[in-house]
Formats: sequence, C-alpha cells, structure tokens
Amino acid sequence: MNELRKPKTKRSKRFLESRAPKLTEDVKCAMIMKGGNTSQTITQALKDIYSLKKPNAVLYKKKNITRPFEDSTSLEFFSKKTDCSLFLFGSHNKKRPNNLIFGRLFDFHVLDMIELGIEKYVSLSEIKASKCPEGTKPMLIFAGEAFDIDNDHKRLKSLLTDFFRGPTVSAVRLAGLEHVLHFTALDGKIFMRSYRCLLKKSGCRTPRIELEEIGPSFDFILRRTHLASDDLYKLAHKQPKALKAKKKKNISHDAFGTKFGRVHMQKQDLSKLHTRKMKGLRKRKGEVVAEELKGQPPKVANVEC
Amino acid sequence: MAACSVEELLLKAEQEEAEKLRSISVHKELDLDFDIGNLLACDKNRIESRDLRQQLKENYLRSLARDNTQLLINEIWKLPTERVEEAIVAKLPDTTTPLPREKPPPKPRPPTKWEKFAKLKGIQKKKKTNLVWDETKKEWRRRWGYKRANDDTKDWLIEVPETADSNEDQFAKRIKAKKERVAKNELNRLRNIARSQKIKVPSIGLVPTAQQSKDDLATAVSVAKTSTASVGRFQDRLPKEKPTKSRGKKRKFEPLIGDFSTERHKQLELLKIMDTKKPKLDITKAVNKQMREEDREEAAAKHKRGAGKKGRKGNMSGKAKGKGGKGKGGKAGGGKRSKPGKR
Repeated sequence: MNELRKPKTKRSKRFLESRAPKLTEDVKCAMIMKGGNTSQTITQALKDIYSLKKPNAVLYKKKNITRPFEDSTSLEFFSKKTDCSLFLFGSHNKKRPNNLIFGRLFDFHVLDMIELGIEKYVSLSEIKASKCPEGTKPMLIFAGEAFDIDNDHKRLKSLLTDFFRGPTVSAVRLAGLEHVLHFTALDGKIFMRSYRCLLKKSGCRTPRIELEEIGPSFDFILRRTHLASDDLYKLAHKQPKALKAKKKKNISHDAFGTKFGRVHMQKQDLSKLHTRKMKGLRKRKGEVVAEELKGQPPKVANVEC
Repeated sequence: MAACSVEELLLKAEQEEAEKLRSISVHKELDLDFDIGNLLACDKNRIESRDLRQQLKENYLRSLARDNTQLLINEIWKLPTERVEEAIVAKLPDTTTPLPREKPPPKPRPPTKWEKFAKLKGIQKKKKTNLVWDETKKEWRRRWGYKRANDDTKDWLIEVPETADSNEDQFAKRIKAKKERVAKNELNRLRNIARSQKIKVPSIGLVPTAQQSKDDLATAVSVAKTSTASVGRFQDRLPKEKPTKSRGKKRKFEPLIGDFSTERHKQLELLKIMDTKKPKLDITKAVNKQMREEDREEAAAKHKRGAGKKGRKGNMSGKAKGKGGKGKGGKAGGGKRSKPGKR
C-alpha cells in the first residue's frame, strides 16, 4: 500500500529508496532491547553486546513488555521503524532467569529466534585489559562438533555469524585483525569468549598468535527455539538472478587448471594462399578449383590459451 | 667428506625451517572449515569434556581459541596482499556461507499501460535536450521546472479567444486545466498500480479532460438523469431529446432447448459448492497460516523433547495439548486470523 503515496520531497524519496529492497544489501542492523523485567546481568550484557556491534545497532533504552515467542508483532513493528533485521531481546523472570533471545527477520517477519540463558557472565568492564577499537570486524570461530551435527546448533551458528560478522568487505588490513569471538559448544552449553589477538614474531611471514581475554564472556544454555520452516528459510536465501555471475561460453578448464578456449572459424580458402609462384602451377583458364572447398560447415577447434 | 657436509647442511636447514614453523603450526585431526570472506572458521573436532575438567576451564578454552585463531590467521596470511596508504591489506575472497537476505530481492516494476502500448506500437523514448531557447527572454532556459522557458503561467496578459466568453477569467481557466491534467495523471498512476497488483480496476464514468467529446457528454447526461431517488423514472425530457440508451446490463437466459451438458455442469458445480459447507478458501492466507502452525508445532515438539532429557516436564505438558487443538483449527484456514495461544 505504501507505493500508493508518492514521496513529495526529494529527501523523503531518498529515504524511501534507502529502505527499499536492494540487489546488494546493506549491513544488517541489530536492535537491542529489554523486556518488562531485567536483571543487572541482562542490562549489562545487552550494553556489552551493543558495544561489540556498535555502528550497526540500536539500543532501546526503555522497557518493551512483549514476549517474542508468543507474539512477534511488536518486534516486527520495531524492525519496520528502525529498519533492523536482527534483534536481541533480554528478559529475566523466575521461569527463565537471565534470558537472551537472538533473532533475525526476513521481510519484516521473524525468521529465526533462539533463546539462550546466561549461566555465567563476565562483563566487558570487569576484565581490565586494553580493548579493541569500536567497529572492528571480528574473526568468528565456532568449535565443537555440535555446530556441525545438531540442527538447532547449526541454525544458531548461522544466526550468530549473521549477528556478529559486521560489514562484508573486499579487503582487510592485516594489522587490524584484532578481535576474536570464539564460540564453543560443549555438553549442551555454549561458551562465548571474546579475545584480543596479539600478533607476535614467529620468524617467518605469518605471525604467531597470542590471545588475551577482553570480555564479555558468556556461558549460555540453549532454551526455546523458533526456527523458520525449510520453505521460508530457502526463500530467504534466494539470491537475485542479477547477482549471479554469468557463465562464460566457450571457456573450459582441465584438471591442471589450464584454460581452454573454443574457437569457431571458417575453413581457410587455400586457393587464395600466397605461395611461391611458378609457371607450371599457374591456374589455367576455365578451371574450377575453389568450388568444392566452399559450402563446408565451419570447423570447431579447441585451442589452448 | 664433501657429500657428508652437504647432507648435514640440508638437514640443518630443514630443522631450522621446522623450528620456525613450529611456533605457527597447529595439529588438528580434522581440518577446519574456513570462510575467509567472513573471517569465519569452524572447528569440527570433538572436544573431550574430560580435558575441560582436568585443566582449568578458562585456560582450556583460551588454548583452543588460540589454536583455531592461529589456523585462521595462517589462512588469511596466504591471501594476496597489497599496500594501501602505508597499510598492508589482504584481499578477501567472496563469502561462501549462505546467509539469509534481509528483504526479498527487488522486483522489476510492471509496465504501465502506456509502456505496454508503446512497446506494441514500437514507440521509443526520445531524449530531449535540457535547455531550450526562450524567444521572449532571449536566453537558453530549462525545458521544465523552475525558471523554465516559455512559461505560460508567468504570462501577464492573455488574449481572449473570439469564441470564448468575454467575462471568463482566462488565467483561472489555465490553472484549472493544469489541475485537471495533474488529477488525471494521478488517477492513471493509481490505475496502473491497481492493475499491477491484479486488483480489479473500477471502470470510470468520466475522466477529467480538457475537451469533453459528444459521447462523454451523453454519458454525463444519462448518469445525471438516472441519479435520482426514482432512478430517473419521472425525469422530464427536453423537446426532441432522444431517449437515453439504457446503460444497465440485460439479463440473459440460456435457451430452453439446446445444449444440456453446460446446464448440467453448472448445476453440479453449484451443488458442489453448497455441499462443502466450507467457507471460500484464500489459498495464500491459508498456506501462510499452515506454515506458521507447522513451524510452531515443530519448535514445540523439539523443545519438549529437549526438555524431557533434562527432566523438566511439568511446564511443558499443557503447552503441547494446546498446540494439537490449534493445528486442527488451522486447517480450515478461512479469513479469520486466530491469535497465538498463551503459553
């Protein structure tokens, strides 16, 4: 229905264009909000995750009394308002103490939601170490076989990757690879640790890595999940045709990586070839030579290039 | 003697090389999966929980993270690098992990009625120059917009045409005409949108036009005449006025004798609809609803299973019951949207 109303100013037109679906999408933004009741842990945790995610996140300061697993309409409303497709919702109650809900939306509808309970938490400020600058693209590492086997964990891995990966970049400054987020799945728990990466001399080109914990660190347990159906999940992954690289015709590679090109060419007319002229080979009058050569199909040859 | 020294030297070099590599090489049973575009690594090796208990947990996690990071860094350092403003940057390859999009891919705008017509007729757009010569101002001015050339709204004097009423305000007439053109354009825009969304476009009696044709006027008269309480029955007629053509649809009946198969088919179809007792199905709505239900059920079932393992049963039994009931209700899938139940 939105297209019925035409933007009246250039500015509003630009704004609407920025919100419209794009071929190559912008960085996903996250909205970080708290529920009706939150504990000190949750409030601090939300703030810390906000500081990890910072340029691409919105921190909601007020309470939002909603339960995402029961009714996601208010989340969808907020996502439309701020144009965010990731959310983090923190709440605390007796049944589910220290609860964090990671989720993402597709087309302003909830795609996945995974609820994680915090068992142990060390905040960013508790660990006294020099921190990474804001907006550093983190290296993400997932360890544990559960991330490869269990369906919930697989989806959680995808969700966390989506949440923390930051902008997609074409190049990265090697000295700027400072931040490591390490997720370990073990005994039904998920340990999230955040380290600063120190590049030490190793004697060869690649440096030796030493890690220093900077926080925040969490021990999570998996609670409720809301996973998208396979159809919807597939639909959300569908890439536009324009983004797919066009297949180049007539070029192939063999096992050794040698490039082959297929060349189409007409049969050469040998009668016009300049050769040594001799009296004996001179064409006689009335002789037909080239007729039989014409009219043959073009020859196809594989040429190495 | 010489041969021996060569061998020794080689061995020494090899050892040195190994020594150098030792600090950065990590041994893993299964290789890690890398997605360098996202700076992402996935370690599929089994972690023994015994190891965790033996060592201090934090230390163990850190050493695991160190090894994995080292492997990832090794992989990143293999990429081609270049120097940009005194910083060494590595070119990242494209990402390989499929992640869902934020919004569906943009759809091309469906062609408007004019565009369709133009394509049919082979009419192509011509690029017009931006600047036009203004005869009165003696300068080049824009074709459209602010300070445009030959701007007829800025005329301070308009010649009254001979045929026109001398008391008519020619300025107001121009403004009105412009307003009507804008309104018509807006209407056409809305009709194009409606057509693109497959909404039935209402047929319009009269479109604002500058000059109404004879047919248009006749329609206007007939519409005005029938717009009374008695549907124009007691409306007076002018002398010599032709009776208006009735614009209503006439009922048509099937012939009494003739093709019976169509009649039978129609009746059967009608009976079929009457027999079902189901409300008319909105397919897209129903499918969406069904999908949501299934999701929720699946999630609930999965969670119930998970909770059972940990021995938390008390809270969950009620929920499962509620789910089953709703699944049945969802099948009918009418226009009414049921609210998700309270858990």
